[in-house]
Amino acid sequence: MGFEGIGASVRRKEDVRFLSGKGNYTDDINRPGQLHAYIRRADRPHARIDAIDTAAAAKAPGVVRVFTGADIAAENIGGIPCGWQIHNKDGSPMAEPMHPVLAVGKVRHVGDPVAVVIADSRQAAKNAAELIEIDYTDLPAVANLTDAVAPGAPEVHDGVKGNLCYDWVIGDKAVVDGVFANAHRVVKLELTNNRLIPNAMEPRAAIGDFDTSSGDYTLYTTSQNPHVIRLLMGAFVLHIPENKLRVVAPDVGGGFGSKIYHYAEEAIVTWAAGRVRRPVKWTAERSESFMSDAHGRDHVSTAEMAIDKDGVFLGLRITTLANMGAYLSTFAPAVPTYLYATLLAGVYKTPVIYCNVKAVFTNTVPVDAYRGAGRPEATYLLERLVDAIAYDTAIDKIELRRRNFIPADAFPYQTPVALQYDSGDYQTTLKVALQNAGWESFEGRRAEAKRRGKLRGIGISTYLEACGIAPSAVVGSLGARAGLYEVANIRVHPTGSVTVFTGTHSHGQGHETTLAQLVVDQLGVPLDQVEVVHGDTAKIPFGMGTYGSRSLAVGGSAMVKAMDKIIAKGKKIAAHLLEASVQDIEFKDNTFTVAGTDRSKTLTDVSLAAYVPHNYPIEELEPGLDETAFYDPKNFTFPGGCHIAEVEIDPETGVVDMVNFTAVDDVGRVVNPMIVEGQVQGGVAQGIGQALFESAIYDPEGQLLSGSFMDYTMPRANDIPPLSVATENTMCTHNPLGSKGCGEVGAIGSPPAVINAVVDALKDYGVRHLEMPATAAKIWSIIQSAQPRLAAE
Amino acid sequence: MYDFAYEKPGSLADAVKVLSADPDAKALAGGQTFIPVLKQRLNRPSTVVDLAKLGLTGITVSGDTVTIGAMTTHATIAANPDIKSKIPGLQHQASLIGDEAVRHRGTIGGSLANNDPAACYPSAVLALGGTIKTDRRSIPAEEFFQGMFTTALEPGEIITSVELPIPQKSAYEKFRNPASRYAIVGVFVAKFPSGVRLAITGAGQGGVFRHAEFEKALSANFAPEAIAGIATPADGLNGDIHASPEYRAHLIGVVSKRAVAKAA
Ligand SMILES: Cc1cc2nc3c(=O)[nH]c(=O)nc-3n(C[C@H](O)[C@H](O)[C@H](O)COP(=O)(O)OP(=O)(O)OC[C@H]3O[C@@H](n4cnc5c(N)ncnc54)[C@H](O)[C@@H]3O)c2cc1C
Repeated sequence: MGFEGIGASVRRKEDVRFLSGKGNYTDDINRPGQLHAYIRRADRPHARIDAIDTAAAAKAPGVVRVFTGADIAAENIGGIPCGWQIHNKDGSPMAEPMHPVLAVGKVRHVGDPVAVVIADSRQAAKNAAELIEIDYTDLPAVANLTDAVAPGAPEVHDGVKGNLCYDWVIGDKAVVDGVFANAHRVVKLELTNNRLIPNAMEPRAAIGDFDTSSGDYTLYTTSQNPHVIRLLMGAFVLHIPENKLRVVAPDVGGGFGSKIYHYAEEAIVTWAAGRVRRPVKWTAERSESFMSDAHGRDHVSTAEMAIDKDGVFLGLRITTLANMGAYLSTFAPAVPTYLYATLLAGVYKTPVIYCNVKAVFTNTVPVDAYRGAGRPEATYLLERLVDAIAYDTAIDKIELRRRNFIPADAFPYQTPVALQYDSGDYQTTLKVALQNAGWESFEGRRAEAKRRGKLRGIGISTYLEACGIAPSAVVGSLGARAGLYEVANIRVHPTGSVTVFTGTHSHGQGHETTLAQLVVDQLGVPLDQVEVVHGDTAKIPFGMGTYGSRSLAVGGSAMVKAMDKIIAKGKKIAAHLLEASVQDIEFKDNTFTVAGTDRSKTLTDVSLAAYVPHNYPIEELEPGLDETAFYDPKNFTFPGGCHIAEVEIDPETGVVDMVNFTAVDDVGRVVNPMIVEGQVQGGVAQGIGQALFESAIYDPEGQLLSGSFMDYTMPRANDIPPLSVATENTMCTHNPLGSKGCGEVGAIGSPPAVINAVVDALKDYGVRHLEMPATAAKIWSIIQSAQPRLAAE
Repeated sequence: MYDFAYEKPGSLADAVKVLSADPDAKALAGGQTFIPVLKQRLNRPSTVVDLAKLGLTGITVSGDTVTIGAMTTHATIAANPDIKSKIPGLQHQASLIGDEAVRHRGTIGGSLANNDPAACYPSAVLALGGTIKTDRRSIPAEEFFQGMFTTALEPGEIITSVELPIPQKSAYEKFRNPASRYAIVGVFVAKFPSGVRLAITGAGQGGVFRHAEFEKALSANFAPEAIAGIATPADGLNGDIHASPEYRAHLIGVVSKRAVAKAA
């Protein structure tokens, strides 16, 4: 057994289970007497429900019950709550229309749940669902942002004027306008952040279980945060107190944000289980995932930078339209505000920033956080804008960035958009990335490609993001309806093995390994004697779950605090056993030692004494060795870095080939380098997906045209080049680990690097900007329209 | 999928009998199109008649013809040395269909019967001037393909094999739909002593079609330059979220040149 502590690339403990098909996912769970739910969904984007006739369905073979919105409305059941309240610039709260569990009165997007059939089998439920007759009156629908805010646009919710959820600002407009009025030059860019469909490998699933003897409910669900689901569903939707509601999120096959939110199906199966007094299971079909999992991104923005004659940034002014979809998903309102506009300083010392965000309802699937959540949108906008400034001013794009970087000695650095960065070194990540990517020798590669008839381009992005959203008091003042701390319970068993109960959740990230390594490091317990337990409200005291790359920085820090308590108590026990004073006890390498002597007790000696307290300071100390810590961070963490993409375009077809990709990220302390590399690779693959392939396309009337893998282009392994991934870390200064987070950096830093490379490859065609995804068809038409101009020159 | 009865007859005659007696009975080959269709409940057969036991697999070469059994999988075709030496374009084409799993289940007969406008084989069979053999007759490729998802097959008629004349040269070039990886434009070119035949899949609203102008030019000079100046009109071509008719028209030229370059 080699080194297993912090810094070791130990293999992931969970992979044996996953790779041998022994994972235990929600759909693998079957409860005795279980029934199956099938949800009849709206096949149209916007319609009044005039009548629903369920008689034939209710009589169909195998059917136990059919429920509609009317059944739900007749009970004491709330709407799906939103977890964050944003205020308009005039101080009034955002529009927060009712989000019914099953549609009442109207359907508002294709996929909106209308009725549910509970039957003996999935097949029977689905057969019966087809027999439900729904009379609709179609209403005019609106799918895209600019249409939704146009005068006279159809209203998604009665009374929500102009489909405006909120009109929010950050920064002082008058000050920023003043800077613009006096600036040497203003560079402007209009850009769209394309809508994405998350497509976790495991579709969502939920099982509601009702214990007829105790009256307890259990929900098994594909969730990234079971305690949050218990809180939202129990307190707001079904009105079941926590002591009667257990939520279990077992193995979860990918989430990327889409499994953070409380979804209607969770409430439906839990409520239905109580009504039919049998367990009820629902598992999404892939086509349901496309039309019911929260989508991501979908912004349209205008960005302007005021600069001086040397290209120094003087002020940034932005207006953004952000698509909320038809209803507010759990964290949706926070994404284009506190996770987006507060990031608009990026790595630059832009002194003043003003951003206005209008969040807009449309007849589309709700939009919420998706890997990166707001920060990819901010990064894409900034890094495209910086390249546009370089383009317009002919200042070298590296030099321009360097001139505007926040210097390494300026930390802590207060941005004009609320955040205070604790650490970072952008010059270093840039320098190393340029070296690793062979930036200096690029022109040779471009010339060589040209001889092969290919257009080669290189693009860079120097980015920053914010993870581990915190502290609770601050986010509360910004509208969060929850705290954002984390909880760890460390249980040292009698013989010295350890179980960690964490409020974070792993859905592919490898926490069972990474978090165990923290115990190896701090308590000196071998890795195979550490078990990490997550995803069950009956086992874990509390927790906020996993998103925003928070698990190590926040959840890991909570573990450190809990282990500090273990050591403190262990020292008292050891002092008693060693007949020494507590002040003289040192703990290191699993052993308590009287300082300066060879007298010692192992952690196992101490834990055994704690659980078999025959010789024990029972007057002063309780038995047992089991400690819990709640950790509320003082600040966000701020990972950042530099991504460089190199592409080759076939000018005859427009096909973009990703040929090289280099990432140098600052993620703070690295616990498991192999896992960090994997996280960055996965994130970059998603970023390349957004930049080159993926796009959720609605027709103007709200039908989802890219509703299956036949039309939604997921990146494949052979679309992704070998990735050069490295880290250059500065430590987070305010958490005990120094870790910042690595889960999202890949998806945040990469899209602008890719698009900047594509634009660079097309520079002879006079291209200044193009929208994601850079598909072959789009590039071909750009090249086509440039041909006449080139010929004329 | 909806419930259905399942039969796996042991002879062609029995299979034809079941399929002819019941208009709602449907044949199942590799299931790579049919099973997804059933899962989406787009089809409601009374009986699914599995063709796996009819002995319709195998590849034989005799004289100037290659005969491929209808139930021969894409993987078998892609791995067959005779196909590789006689009709390299077909070998390459089969190797590009779907993914490994699709190629090991999907069959040439199923693909031809389905006649998806973005499927690959129709271009080979039409360009080669092949003949589709069924339980009751022989149908020349020209008459077999009748538009999107439409063929000359009668209800209950089963493809048993396809006969393909061996060309002097052949190649297939595929421009993939980035999402589905079917053909946005797929071009099969075949050079015979009598002239060049070139068929295009993926692009046409009416399914696979031959390109007379290209064929004429290539028959005179079998080189990419021969067709470089010939523009293909966008009329009658498909447009979707991945490619406009104009883009497809352009790609027809590019992909055809590349196919010719590969064959020549
Ligand atoms: C992920 C994926 C990717 C794919 N990519 C491609 C691609 O790139 N290019 C491409 O060309 N295809 C592609 N396909 C389709 C694939 O090639 C199918 O295998 C083929 O279209 C159908 O063949 P099958 O043997 O699976 O037929 P089935 O699906 O079993 O049957 C298809 C239809 O043909 C009928 N049928 C089958 N056999 C006969 C017969 N002998 N006589 C009469 N009727 C018959 C059936 O009744 C049915 O209506 C893809 C499929 C998938 C799932």
